Amino acid sequence: MDEIQRNLLEQVAGLHEMPAGAYNIRANGQSVDRSTTAHIDIITKEDKQGIDIVIKPGTKKESVHIPVLLSQSGLTEMVYNDFHVGDDCDVTIVAGCGIHNSGDSDSRHDGIHTFYIGKNSHVKYVEKHYGSGDGRGERIMNPETVVLLGENSFMELETVQIKGVDSTRRSTTATLSDGAKLIVTEKLMTHGSQTAETSFQVDLNGEGSSANIISRSVAKDDSRQLFLSKINGNSRCAGHSECDGIIMDRATISAIPEITANNLDAELIHEAAIGKIAGEQITKLMTLGLTEEQAEAQIVNGFLK
Amino acid sequence: MLELQNLSFQVSGDTDSQKEIIKNISLTFEDHTFIAITGPNGGGKSTLAKLIMGIEKPTAGKIVFNGTDITDMSITERARLGISFAFQQPVRFKGIKVKDLITLAAGSNIKLSSACDYLSRVGLCARDYINRDVDTSLSGGELKRIEIATIIARNTPLSVFDEPEAGIDLWSFNNLIKVFEDLHSSTDNSLIIISHQERILNIADEIVVLAGGSVQARGHREDILPELLNGTGGCKLYNQQ
Repeated sequence: MDEIQRNLLEQVAGLHEMPAGAYNIRANGQSVDRSTTAHIDIITKEDKQGIDIVIKPGTKKESVHIPVLLSQSGLTEMVYNDFHVGDDCDVTIVAGCGIHNSGDSDSRHDGIHTFYIGKNSHVKYVEKHYGSGDGRGERIMNPETVVLLGENSFMELETVQIKGVDSTRRSTTATLSDGAKLIVTEKLMTHGSQTAETSFQVDLNGEGSSANIISRSVAKDDSRQLFLSKINGNSRCAGHSECDGIIMDRATISAIPEITANNLDAELIHEAAIGKIAGEQITKLMTLGLTEEQAEAQIVNGFLK
Repeated sequence: MLELQNLSFQVSGDTDSQKEIIKNISLTFEDHTFIAITGPNGGGKSTLAKLIMGIEKPTAGKIVFNGTDITDMSITERARLGISFAFQQPVRFKGIKVKDLITLAAGSNIKLSSACDYLSRVGLCARDYINRDVDTSLSGGELKRIEIATIIARNTPLSVFDEPEAGIDLWSFNNLIKVFEDLHSSTDNSLIIISHQERILNIADEIVVLAGGSVQARGHREDILPELLNGTGGCKLYNQQ
C-alpha cells in the first residue's frame, strides 16, 4: 500500500495500520488484504464483484473493517457486499470509501451493501466517504444500503461525507420487523460545485418497530443537496426524521419529507430546517475573541461533529 | 478605563424620520468600578451595552477604552483588547458543548478542572453540564448561568452584563449576587451591569439612570438608590424622561 492509499485508509476508516478483528481491504478493484476470525468469515463472491461477510450467531464485541480505496484515475467499479448477521450478535462494521483522483478521468465507486440481520442483534455500521487529489476527473460515489432488520434487533447507521466527493447519490432502504429499531445519523458537507442526493425509505412493518433518521448537512459555495426521506408506518410503530441544513454562499438544499401512516397506531414525525448560520451565533463567538471566519468554522465544525 | 464621548445612536423610523435611541451621552468610568445602569424599558440601556461591545456602531461620538479609540473597531478587536459581553438572551448552538464554549472563552486549552470550576461558581454541577450541547435542551436559566461562566472564564478588564437576572430563578439569583461581589472584590476588573434589580443596584459602586436615551442621573449608590426607590408607581428619576 502506498502513501496515498494509507492516507485514504486513515480518512475513511481511522486506521493507521491493519485493524484487529476481521477486515477486507479493497484497493483499485482488488482485495489486497483480508483477515477473518473464528466468528466472522469473509468470502469472495464468484458471480460478481464483492464479498459476503458472515457473522455467526452469538458473536459479541467484534468488529469488521471493509474499506475501499481508489487511487487509480479513471477506475469505475460496482461492488456488492452482503452482510449476514446471525441472531444475538453485537458487532461494529466500519465501511467507507476513499477516492484519490489526480487524473483527468472520472473515478467512480458504486456499492450495494445489503444487511440481513437476525433476531436480537445490535449492529453499529459506520460509513465514511472521502475524496482527494487535484485532477480534473471527478470523484463519484453512489452507495446503496439495504437493511432487513430482524425481530428486536437494533441497527445504528452512521454516514459521514465531509470532503472531496464531487457527486454522490446515496440510497438507504430499511424494512423493520417486530420490535426492531433503526437510528440513522447522516453528516454531510458539500463545497465547490459538488452535488449530493440522499434518499431514505423505511418500512416500519413490525409491531413496536421504530426509526429515527437524523441528517445534518452544510452546503457551501455553489454546491447542491437534496434530502428525501420516506417513512411508511405499516403497524403500531414510531418514526421520526429530521433534516437540519446550513446553507452558505450560493449553495442550495432541498428537503422533501414524506411520512405515510397506514396504521391507526403509527406515530410519525418529520422536522426540517434549512437556513444560514444565525448572525447572533457569529456575534457571540466574536465577543469571545474569534474572527468572523473563525466563528463560522467553529459553528460548522460543531454542527457536523 | 472607559470613556463615552458624545455618543449617539439613531435608527431609521417607520417613515423617513430618524429615531434617536442614544442621545449625546458622555460618561467616564474609572478603573476597578462596578457600575449598574438602570432605567425604564426602552430607555436605551441594552443599546448602550451593545455600543460598548461593538455589536452596534454609534452614529456619532467616540468610545475610548484604556486610552485607545475603539469606536471603529470590530467586536473581535474589542474582545481581544479586553471587553466581555454577557447577552440578555444567550445564544444556542447545535453541536457546541458547554466545555467548548468555556474553552473558547478562556482563550486556550484549559484543564477540565478549570472549566468545571467556572461552572461551579455559577451554581451548576459541572459533571452534569460540561459535556452537554449549548442547545434547546438547556433551560433559559441554565443557559444564562453558562453565559456568565464564560464571562468569568474570560477574566477581562471590562465585563458588560445585559440584564443578567432575566430568566434566573430565586435560588440562582442569590448565587448571582455573590458571583458579582466576588468578581468585583477578587480582581481589578471593572463591571458594567444593566439591571432592574434593586439587589444588584445595591452592590454597585455607582448607578447610572438612563431614560429616553439620555443620562437622567449618575452618582454613588447611596445617593441614587434612595431616589430610585422613592415614591409609588415608579421612581422620580424614571419619570423625568
